[in-house]
Amino acid sequence: MSTETIRTTYREAVRAAICDALDRDRRVFLMGEDVGRYGGCYAVSKGLYDQYGPERIRDTPLSECGFTGAGIGAAMGGMRPIVEIMTVNFSLLALDQIVNNAATIRHMSGGQFHVPLVIRMASGAGKQLAAQHSHSLEGWYGHVPGIKVIAPATLEDARGMLWSALEDPDPVILFEHVMLYNREGELTADAGPVPITGAAVRRAGTDLSLITYGGCLFKTLDAAEELAADGIAAEVIDLRCLRPLDDATVMASVRKSHRAVIIDEGWCTGSLAGEVSARIMEQAFWELDAPVGRVCSAEVPIPYPKHLEDEALPQVRDIVAAARAALGR
Amino acid sequence: MSDVYRMPSLGSDMEAGTLIEWARQPGEKLAKGDTIAVVETQKGAIEVEVFQDAVMGKPLINIGDKVPVGTPMAELEPIGAAETKAPRRSGREAGTEIEDDERAAGSPAPPAPDQPQPARAAPEPTPTRQRASPAARRLAEAEGIDLARLTGTGPDGAIVLADVQAAAPRHAEQPPSAPERPPPRAGLDLAAMRQAIAAAMTRSKREIPHYYLAEDIDLTTATDWLARRNADLPPDRRLLMGALFIKAVALTLRRFPELNGFDRDGRFEPSAAIHVGAATAIRGGGLVAPAIHDADRLDLDALMAHLRDLVGRVRGGGLRASELADPTITVSSLGERGVDRLYAIIYPPQVAIVGFGTPRARPWIIDDAVVVRTVVSATLAADHRHSDGHRGALFLARLAQRLQDPDTL
Repeated sequence: MSTETIRTTYREAVRAAICDALDRDRRVFLMGEDVGRYGGCYAVSKGLYDQYGPERIRDTPLSECGFTGAGIGAAMGGMRPIVEIMTVNFSLLALDQIVNNAATIRHMSGGQFHVPLVIRMASGAGKQLAAQHSHSLEGWYGHVPGIKVIAPATLEDARGMLWSALEDPDPVILFEHVMLYNREGELTADAGPVPITGAAVRRAGTDLSLITYGGCLFKTLDAAEELAADGIAAEVIDLRCLRPLDDATVMASVRKSHRAVIIDEGWCTGSLAGEVSARIMEQAFWELDAPVGRVCSAEVPIPYPKHLEDEALPQVRDIVAAARAALGR
Repeated sequence: MSDVYRMPSLGSDMEAGTLIEWARQPGEKLAKGDTIAVVETQKGAIEVEVFQDAVMGKPLINIGDKVPVGTPMAELEPIGAAETKAPRRSGREAGTEIEDDERAAGSPAPPAPDQPQPARAAPEPTPTRQRASPAARRLAEAEGIDLARLTGTGPDGAIVLADVQAAAPRHAEQPPSAPERPPPRAGLDLAAMRQAIAAAMTRSKREIPHYYLAEDIDLTTATDWLARRNADLPPDRRLLMGALFIKAVALTLRRFPELNGFDRDGRFEPSAAIHVGAATAIRGGGLVAPAIHDADRLDLDALMAHLRDLVGRVRGGGLRASELADPTITVSSLGERGVDRLYAIIYPPQVAIVGFGTPRARPWIIDDAVVVRTVVSATLAADHRHSDGHRGALFLARLAQRLQDPDTL
């Protein structure tokens, strides 16, 4: 592995991953609303239409159900489609295709057909896009057997998980948090595929485990930094793969720290955070030294005004407060 | 020279027990019959007693250890030998120590030591439940540390791992442990009890040649007598017919020693004392039959008080070892369940069990006339290896006579 790094953004890392896939495999194509001439609503595919042409960068009608279904058909027919859905909110229009078809066809055909489809979608709040473009419904997809759900948060994962997802014989939902696209950082010049199984320990610590994913990762790392200033060593775990969950990494951390707080931009009720908490209770109850804590979004449709949107989302101060509560100080 | 206290057998079906807590600390005096520890068995958490006056010595097993019956649990030292050792604080004999505590705390008027402070603004419905994290509880159990002695520093004042580690310094640097079997749960385990009942009853039906006899007994006199006696008493002091049954069985047994005792590997071991096990159902399933000791020598009020106390403790936990292992015969009364009669299964190693059905108004013949009387059907199941139907029949007949004359009970 090269030590040479390049300065890049999450958006560019995703674009590089798409280009890499298009270059590697003739069967790969990208389709979605405004991905072609417009360059994607978050400008991820900017320039690709000119580079790869309309056959491989395909604009679709405004019909999530239609083009997601077309993607499933193409995948079953031997292609390796990347379907882009503008936001997770719009993916609800395609829920029938995703849950009733993509997730079930291998099962219902007795293993004769599989759906090697990747659906990318933006999720999360923070850009004042209000209540119909800002939600975090990763937990809903995490509920469904038959699909894999991943949420790359770092540049390495944004660059590397798409290819692994395309290699997977089953449908993979890939979430890109909207607040990550502009995040800048260093990425090794030859960064390559990253497995789509397993959580990652992003910061080691012994006093408590902060478990998160996606857009909350960097808030959580900031919180850990703040806690460190007070002599509290928090371990930060990036789940990355929301289905299947990597229980082993979570439990190993909890067995070490005896305390856990889960940070999840989804709503608390019925959330992924609830699932992780339940698993900790099932698998590491006797290790716990405090109740498992959760920091989630306020149970409201995400508000439009900036100050209310900020208030509704998990923030660094909330994470620090929950960590302190778990530690009793 | 020190003696040892061994895991007692709390019933023929018990193979092992788990130490839940020590009732005494090393150096404390124990009188014969005092509770030394609480042991978890398939019948629930049982207080086990010492059989001699002694001074509690060194514990030989840890809290949470499950050991076979007969395993040494603690050293017992003779009274006097341990006087020189540092006395332990104990609420009962701590007059001077409490004074010391109060002086240290600067309190001018020490409250009575047996008056616990009312928990101020405690929202908990069960104030005795100590708030402690699972990790803290596990370490405390492994180290034999009494959580009640610790002060919590965790969230909401809960005892957390660090508090227990501070009390057990050698474990302060303990590496994270692998997931292992959870520690045994104190209290009643209904599934385990079901297994215990299954084992005992299977053994009974497999090994004991039961014979069954039934006798209808005119209970009118006893019923009327009971009604008169209870008429002016508050509910908590009233006698129940069940107490009369137990007393009548106990008195009758004096003349039938072959029904009162234990089978020991096929040989009969009669018991001079008559300890009647009172079969008691447990809410949620299962039953136990703890002993009313020397039931033949208790007056009815005392026997009734024992019965109430036993039923309360069966349902709330806290039966004593001797109460489970000692019964020399069992009485099972299904009167409230509305059956006419029951054919009971002997609880090994006992050799007999007496059952009572529901007392009912029935046609009865007195002096060639049919009259309505209150009648109960009594049954005897006995071990044919140690008694015969002839004696069993005489027993039931004598029992019937006894119940005609409640004043003699």
